Formats: sequence, structure tokens, C-alpha cells
Amino acid sequence: MTDIRYVAPSTLEEAVGAFAAASGAARILAGGTDLLVQMRNGVVKPGTIIDIKKIAEMTAIEELPDGRIRIGAAVPGVVLAEHPRFGKAWPGVLEAINLIGSKQVQGRASPGGNLCNGSPAGDSVPAMIAAGAVVTVQGPGGRREMPVEAVPAGPGRTNLAPGEIVVAFTLPARPKGSGDAYLRMIPRTEMDIAVVGCGVSLTMAGGVVTAARVGLGAVAPTVLLVEDAAKALIGSRLDDAALEAAAAACRAACKPINDKRGTIAYRIKVAGVLLKRTAAIAAARAGGN
Amino acid sequence: MSKLHVSTTINGEPVEFLCDPSASMLDALRGPLGLTGTKEGCGTGDCGACSITVDGRLVCACLMLAVEAEGHEIGTIEGMAQGDELHPLQRKFLEMAALQCGICTPGVLMASRALLEKNPDPTEEEVRFGLAGNLCRCTGYDKIVRAVLETAAEMREAAR
Amino acid sequence: MNDMTNKWIGARTIRPDGADKVTGRAQYSADTTMPGMIWGKLLRSPHAHARIRSIDTSKAEALPGVKAVVTQKDIVEFALDKSVMLGIQDMRWMCRNVMAREKALFHGHPIAAVAAISEEVAAHACSLIEVDYEVLPHVIEIEDAIKPDAPILHEWNQFEGKPSNIAGTMVLKAGDIEKGFAEADIVVERTFTTRPVHQGYIEPHACTVSYAADGRVTIWSSSQGQFMVRAMTSLLTGIPQSNIRAIPAEIGGGFGAKTIIYLEPVAVMLSKKSGRPVKMVMTREEVQRATGPAPGSLSTVKIGAKKDGTIVAAQGTFYLQAGGLPGSPLRGPVGCSFAAYAIPNVLSVGYDVVSNRSKVAAYRAPGAPHGAFAAECVIDEIAQALGLDPLDMRLKNSAKAGDKAIYGPTFGAVTFKETIEAIKHHPHYRAPLDKAPRPGVKRGRGVASGFWYNAGGESSVQVNITEDGNVVVTTGHPDVGGSRASIANVVAELIGVDHARVNVMIGDTQTIGFSNLTGGSRVTFASAMVATAATEKVIGQLKERAAKIWGIEAEAVKWEDGMALPAGDNAGKFPPLSLKELAAKANEMGGPIGNQTQLNTTGADPGYATHCVDVEVDVDLGIVRVLRYTAAQDVGRALHPGYVEGQIQGGVVQGIGWALSEEYLYDAKGRVDNASFLDYRMPVCSDVPMIEPIMIEIPNPKHPQGVRGVGEAPIVPPLAAIANAVHDALGKRFYALPMSPPRVSARMDEAN
Repeated sequence: MTDIRYVAPSTLEEAVGAFAAASGAARILAGGTDLLVQMRNGVVKPGTIIDIKKIAEMTAIEELPDGRIRIGAAVPGVVLAEHPRFGKAWPGVLEAINLIGSKQVQGRASPGGNLCNGSPAGDSVPAMIAAGAVVTVQGPGGRREMPVEAVPAGPGRTNLAPGEIVVAFTLPARPKGSGDAYLRMIPRTEMDIAVVGCGVSLTMAGGVVTAARVGLGAVAPTVLLVEDAAKALIGSRLDDAALEAAAAACRAACKPINDKRGTIAYRIKVAGVLLKRTAAIAAARAGGN
Repeated sequence: MSKLHVSTTINGEPVEFLCDPSASMLDALRGPLGLTGTKEGCGTGDCGACSITVDGRLVCACLMLAVEAEGHEIGTIEGMAQGDELHPLQRKFLEMAALQCGICTPGVLMASRALLEKNPDPTEEEVRFGLAGNLCRCTGYDKIVRAVLETAAEMREAAR
Repeated sequence: MNDMTNKWIGARTIRPDGADKVTGRAQYSADTTMPGMIWGKLLRSPHAHARIRSIDTSKAEALPGVKAVVTQKDIVEFALDKSVMLGIQDMRWMCRNVMAREKALFHGHPIAAVAAISEEVAAHACSLIEVDYEVLPHVIEIEDAIKPDAPILHEWNQFEGKPSNIAGTMVLKAGDIEKGFAEADIVVERTFTTRPVHQGYIEPHACTVSYAADGRVTIWSSSQGQFMVRAMTSLLTGIPQSNIRAIPAEIGGGFGAKTIIYLEPVAVMLSKKSGRPVKMVMTREEVQRATGPAPGSLSTVKIGAKKDGTIVAAQGTFYLQAGGLPGSPLRGPVGCSFAAYAIPNVLSVGYDVVSNRSKVAAYRAPGAPHGAFAAECVIDEIAQALGLDPLDMRLKNSAKAGDKAIYGPTFGAVTFKETIEAIKHHPHYRAPLDKAPRPGVKRGRGVASGFWYNAGGESSVQVNITEDGNVVVTTGHPDVGGSRASIANVVAELIGVDHARVNVMIGDTQTIGFSNLTGGSRVTFASAMVATAATEKVIGQLKERAAKIWGIEAEAVKWEDGMALPAGDNAGKFPPLSLKELAAKANEMGGPIGNQTQLNTTGADPGYATHCVDVEVDVDLGIVRVLRYTAAQDVGRALHPGYVEGQIQGGVVQGIGWALSEEYLYDAKGRVDNASFLDYRMPVCSDVPMIEPIMIEIPNPKHPQGVRGVGEAPIVPPLAAIANAVHDALGKRFYALPMSPPRVSARMDEAN
């Protein structure tokens, strides 16, 4: 029998204190949609569960004066979907977060949990990478910011220091002519883990791509920022040659495994297919903005 | 291991119970609270048989700690009918044979109600995606989807 | 008593168990608790194949809170050299499936069990049991298991004089197969594989058991037959059936897999040893790892036809996985694959192959979908080669009344043609299909047919008139999908009262006579037959009572619309007597009114189905989606059309999962790699379209209402229908299921 302690602090300082004090034996509880499954399967046996949902900053959605949007790490997908403006600015990020599991799971699952779970197949992560989101982290050493792509370290692992908690995601202001999208390949229409996930964010002017970011999930030990794919898109009119070059860059970036969800060959092929389809949706959205 | 004391509201009534810190809401409902209408099909959030609402939002009871119910409003299948008056969804499911074995039915009904509260006039596709988290192995979903669409139409008519 | 003017037969009534099921009040297997109850847990093998040298349970027994430990020593052993059958189940294998004896034969095979004050303590105690295993090489796939140098699971099993993993064979023959092929203008031979698929019921296996101090046992559990639970528990524990009361909980899906038991004998022995009621509930992972599934298969089908499409010879060779212990459903593919066709020369052979997987269990038309996948795809290929409409080719070869079935009997009425014609004339089959609606998207249409034997067998029923003049019917069959509603309709029709005045209950083993399993599409057929017989006897009693009251002969009384009326010369002489009035006078006129009838029912004619499906393929991703599905079936008479349609729709969607997404995956150590609903991919609501059922009602002349079993046949055609549709879309034939995105994608790349 393991004694499990449950704490639900109301301040970040208390949460960080409890997390650091447990020295590795604690787990952060946001939506719990990964943690409870892992506890049930015996994969994790936390000594302390730190529920962070009573900390105001963790569940806030804030529109900053300069146009950036800050999302608390524990905001569930359903709440983000109900926000009047978030989905208009970042439809791809919202779609990605709300592809995590069922409606039931979306009632609980959060982008912070999806990132910190460390799965290379987490749906929100490629979209957040494409969006250029910055993560605010607080730990015993204070507060710091890091790009979202710097957080994953490998399957189930992150680059967070001991005692550090992800507090919020900050998404940049959206210039005119911007659009983002996220697509994933799953065998069914719902309820599967991504075999490949692709997030694309574009800014366009006069039909030409002026800025682009591409995130690629489930094809390597961590979710990837594919800079070569972005480079292939920037300056182009998303003609077939540019799309094929970006798709090739995505395929080249893949270091996948064969597992129960897909084969190496299939994942590499799909990465290229999804890049093209996702870019087309992002471009259409950019054109409408 | 000492138990935690939880004060919550279930189906509109104040309830107190004790639970282990690691117990799920599903464990608490089916165990000390005796509300076995909420079913366990998988325990991992993949089947939706344990669908409940927390402050009106649909969740899987197996993916929530029991202690998290503190101070919140929980809704379960046992609270869906008003006395001996079935909810329109419950009635329509019976009229249209939208259940066979019935094990998924409580979860499907909870999810369907949550869907119609958000979207009183859903398309077939919206119903299908809205219920994608509820596995049913008996019906092939056809009669479930029809019953939800039909109930929605009836409820819209009644609200006019 | 069967015509279209019936008031209740054929009506979409509210099921008697409905309100309980939509309000959460219905009691399923895991919903029972008992005072003083403790929890049982199983220790399962971590190895796919291992000899068990010893088991030391002392540390587990010493753990505080542990009340009992059970191993194979506590389960009755059936010696390997002597078969003891219960229905189609051999107790030699069942005793070893419930608890491993000499060997652990699959990852997850039960090794020991603990009962303790909580699930956590029981699980912890299981981890303290020390098992000395000699790990052996394992074998998973059929192709590997039948190789000469394969690891042998059962050294005592011989095939063709050598130790082998082939544990049984079945052969059916007609005519001269060589001569038949020699007469053919075209011969097509193809080899097909299907993967094991789980029945996928949402309710995990569970039971609560109380062994009382006087040796009487009560079992609360869900199953497809409480009498099977009682008999099998009796055999495996040595407790006489008279002392075992098996109470059927509501069943949360079975589809065949709950025709055997896993937990009950273990829980009985834990309860006996501990003196406490014991509850056991499997996790989903345990269900996926160690119960069911349906077998995987390796089939070769060779069919020869004349230029005009007449089939002159058909040969099938079917290898089915049995799992770790013998007993795959060979009669499914061997008997059903060619049964609906009049083919003069047939050779159909099946092999039962053991390997280190969980022991297979029945799944809806056991074995028939495997065979139909192969046979119906080959027929499609021949029709294409000959330039024939695939439905016309089937019509041309349909069996007819008087033909001798490959599996023995001579057919009565054969209603196969009617199902083919229903599809042929349906708007779906005639609608144009845009085969390339968008770049990268292809569409196709496919058809296939299916056959299932159906079954009769033993059923018991009680029909009692209550003191206030209503009706209670008790049957011996668990209700898996509306059988109570069907029986209420029949009895209400016969007695002539509103269906709401008929309550249908399911008796436990000690309160109702023996009733065989709910399975094989037999329950509505058999229980409607016995309910009719019993109700007619009750009506006879009611007429006698009225005659007595009026002082006339019973023959001079007729029963109409729930009332006794004087007939013939006496017509109009006395006011009618209602059911309520007769019930009120029951005791003064001879006592309670009711009847129990028990029959071994016969006359269950086979089920025929023909399906049509449209699919859409995302060519770049290899994703196949079903766009439209129409399923025609002869249902005899639909006692409750809603639940008949539901059987067809549910069976079809299970078939769609089988064809496209469901499969067991194993890792290199022989462990199931996808023992969850996350990665064992059953269709979700958004994966499928509406499924249009065409119920063809040609009354079965051997049944009082004309019923024909419905539940199995709908899962037989979908695998081939979908494969034929994918071929129509892509121009490529798929011989291996599931047609999952990586497989379809790889196949598309082969050409490029």
C-alpha cells in the first residue's frame, strides 16, 4: 500500500513548494486524463498529487493589450472552446486541443497536461509549436519562459527542472493575413492517438507566405519544429513545388518507430501528406483574415 | 492511509462521503455512494459508460479523483428523470429501441443530454461526433442517433 | 396466430425492462454487493508459454487482510485423456482455462487467486505469490504454429502421428471435387487471412458469490445462460447443481463470449475457503487479454464455374485459431461458407490450431464470417471475370427447397433468393455512384451474402395469471437485446390484453426449468415457441373456468380479446368474462391459473442475408470509410421490429470493425499489445453511417409466429462486402483483414 497525499493549493508558491518538497514523488493534477490512467495501470505511483486547478492563474484566459493571448496551463479544452475570441485567432490550436479524446475528456484535458505528459503524439503540441507559443514555467528558482518546443525531452520526459510547473502558454499577436491549422491521421474518426499530427501557422501577404512555422507530432521521440518545411513555404505562393519541398522536409525530419499505431514507412509518408493538407487549410484561413 | 472527507452536491442533493486520495469519482459513486447506474466499461476514459456531469460539463467519472468533487455539482443518470417522469431522451430511447443490452445507455444518455443542452438543433454529424466518446457494441449507433435527433426536434417543438 | 393484423406481434412496444435500463436502476454483473463481502483478484501469467514448476502462496496468505487463496488444486481436474462435454465445451479445456494446470498457455492465463478485504490488498497479495516458471518458446500465428519445428503447446496432442498444434479437424464433402474442377471453365483460388477480434461487450466479466455454511451457493453474474453458469461451476467445483443458485444479472453484452465462464468457479472456491461472500470484477485489460476473442483465420478457397456463372465445384481449407486450448468453431466456415449455394462438388476442411493466445470464445455466427470472407470474395472475382452481375451470379446458384445441405439435412424453404433480390431491386444498388468524387478520393460498391444455421433447443417458461388478472411470464433466458419485449408481444397477442399488462421476468436456475444458452440466434425462436405453448394452455384453463361458471362445456367457450365468450348454441347467452373476472374467481373455481412448459424446440430454419455497401477511400492515407450500408435478411416474423432491426444494425457495425479496424496485436514476447479500448479500435459513432435494414418477413412454417433467428446472420456478409467494395474503388483485392490505413496505403504503393 502506498500512502498518497492529495493537496490543492490556492497559490503557485504553495504548489511549487509542495512539488519541490516531494522530490520527484509528486505528480501535478490538471485534468487528470493521463494521470488517472497511469495510476490505474500502475505506471505511476505518486506519493503526492498536487491539484493545481484552484490556482487562479492556472485556469485563466487572458487577452494582453499587445494582442497576445495567455492560456492557463490547466484550462480544459471545453472552456477554451467557449471563449469568444480565442478560436477566431487560433483555430488550429483550438482544434488540436479539442481533438484530445472525447467530449468527456475535453471537459478536463488541458494543454499544460498534454505538454507535460511528454507524449510525442500529444495533439496540442504540434499546433502550439506552429503557433510559436511560449511557455511560462515557475519553480523553486523562480519564473522563466521557454519556447514550447523546448519542453519535451523524449517519450514521457520533459526538460523542466525539478519542482518546475508549467503555468501558462502565451501565443503571439496575430498579424493580418495569418491562419493556422492542425490535422492528424488516426484510423478511426475519433478517440485514437495521433499516428501523425501536423500543425501549420502561416502569415501571407498578396498570396505570398511571409512567415511560417510547422510542428510535427508522433514521428520522433519528441514533437518536432520543422524549420526546413517552414523555409520551403516562406516566400512561396504555396505552389505545388513549394508544398512538395515542405512535405519532403517533413518526411526527412521523421525518425519514427514501428508500433501498434503505425509503421515507419506509413508515418513518413503521412507526414508529407498532412503537411500539404494542413498548409492548405492554414492558407485559406490566412486569406480570410 | 487516512480517508478524505468530501462535501459535494449530487443530483441536486448535498452529499458527504469519505474516500481514499487516489479513489476515482467512479469508485466513489459505485462504492460508498451506491450510485451504480454509472457504469465502468474500461476505467481509462475510452468508452464513456461512466459519463457524468460536473457543474454541467460532461466528464468521465473514471478520469476524475473523487476528492475533486468537493464543492462542485455532480450529475449522474440517477438524477436524469424527474421523479417518475422520464427525461424526453429516456422516453425516446425506449420508444425507438435505442438500447439493446443497456450497459452503455446511462453514459449515452448523459452525453446526449449534454450535447442537446449546448446544441438544441444538431445535425446527424454533430450527434455522431458528440457521442464519439461513448462506445456501444450492440446497436450500431443507428437508433441512438435517430433517437437523439428526434428528441431534439420534440424538445424544440415543446419550447416554441 | 400470425398475420399482419396482429395488434402486438410486430408492434414497437416499450420493453418491460426499459425504464430500469434508462434510469440506471438495472442491476448488471458488477452492481451487486453483499454484507461482509470481500474482493477476489487473479494472478495471471506474465509469460506467453511456460511450464509451472511450483506455486508458493505462503507470503500472500500471511498478508494481513487476505482471507483465502486458490490455485489449480482447488479446481476439479478433468484428465486429458477423457472428454467430458457440456454442450460444445470440453471440461478438460475449461478447467485449464479457468486456472492453469501444467502450463501457462498465454500471457494473462490465471495462475492463482486471492480474496481479501479490498481490491488493493488482494492485488498486493497476488504480487506476493511466487511462481517458478520454466519459460518456453511461444508461438502466436497460425502460419508459425503449423510449421514442423513449431513450439508444441500440448505434447500429448498428435496429428498425423506426430506431436502437433493441430488439435482437431472437420471435413464435409459432396460429389467429386476433382471432377467438378475439371468441368469448370474458370477456377479461382485465393488465400485469405483474418485477425482475431474481440466481441467487445462493454460490460467486463464480474460475479458476486456467496458460499453459505450449509454448502449452498448463490451466484450473481451476467452470462448468456444461468444454467450454463450453474452446470459449469458445478463441474469445476464438485458442488451439486441443486445447491447452486445462479441468478442472472442484466447482461451488458456478450455476443457469444458469455457462453462460457471465467470467474465463477474461482469465486466459489474463494468464498468457500474464506466463509465470506466474494466479488470479482475483471478490468478491461483482463477482458481483452484473457477472454474471448473470436479466432483469427487462414483460409484458402477455390471455386470453379461455368461460363454462365454456374458453380460446379468449391473447395475450402480453413485454419482457425483455438487459442491456448483446443476448440475453435470449425463448423462455422466448414459448414456455412458454401451452404446457401447449390454446388454439386464440395470439399470443405477445417483445422483447429492451438497457439499461445487466450482461448477463443463464440462470437456471433462463430466461424461463419471467416469462411464467408473467403468464399464471397472469390465469387465476386469470378463474377467480375465472367462479366456477370455479382447478385445474378448468386441468384443463379442459390440453393432451393429439397436440396441437400452440405452439413447434412435437406433444406425446407430456402429464402436466400429473396434476400438477393431485395438488394438487387433496392434504390441503393441501383443508385449511380460517383467513383472519383474529388482528387485523391475513390468510391466503390460491393455486395456479399451470408448463411447461418440458427438453432432451437431447450427452453422453459412459466405463464401465470396474477390474482388481479394480469400476466407474468418467466423465461429461463437472459435478455441480451429485447427478448423480453418480444415475448411480451406474443403473450399479449395470444391472451388479447394490452402488452403493458404482461410482465416478462427472467428466472434463476432454481426457479425456472432448464433453458439453454442465449446464443446461436435461438432465444426468440425457442422462447416464443414455449411461451405460445404455455399461453395456449393457460387460455385453455381460462375457458374451462368460464365454462364451469356458466355450466356449459369448455368446448363451447371461445377466447377473444382477453375475454371468454359463450360460443356456438350458447352464443350471447352469458355476458363475457374478462381475464380480471376469471382471475378474481380463480380460487373458488379450481385454484391458481398458470402453466409451465418445457420443450426441446426444433424447426429453426437457417438465416440468409445479403448486403450492399458503398465505401470511400482516402487514397493517400489509406483510410476506408463506409458511406452507405443496406442489409437484407429473411427474419421470418419480426415480433418486435425495433429489436430485429437492432440485431441487423449491430451485427453489421461489428462486421465493419472486423473488416477495417479491429485486430489483436502482439509484441515479441507474445503479450497482447493493445489490451484497451484505446488501441483495440471498435467503431465509434462517428465512424459509421445509418445502417438500413431490410426485414423480409417470410414466416417460418415450423414456428407458431413464423420466427426465424436473426442475430447471427448480419455479421456474416460485411467482411466480404466491404472488401469487394474496396476492390471496386481501388481495383485491388484485399485478402487480409483488417483493411487498416497502413495496409491499404502499403498496397497502393506496391503498384507505384
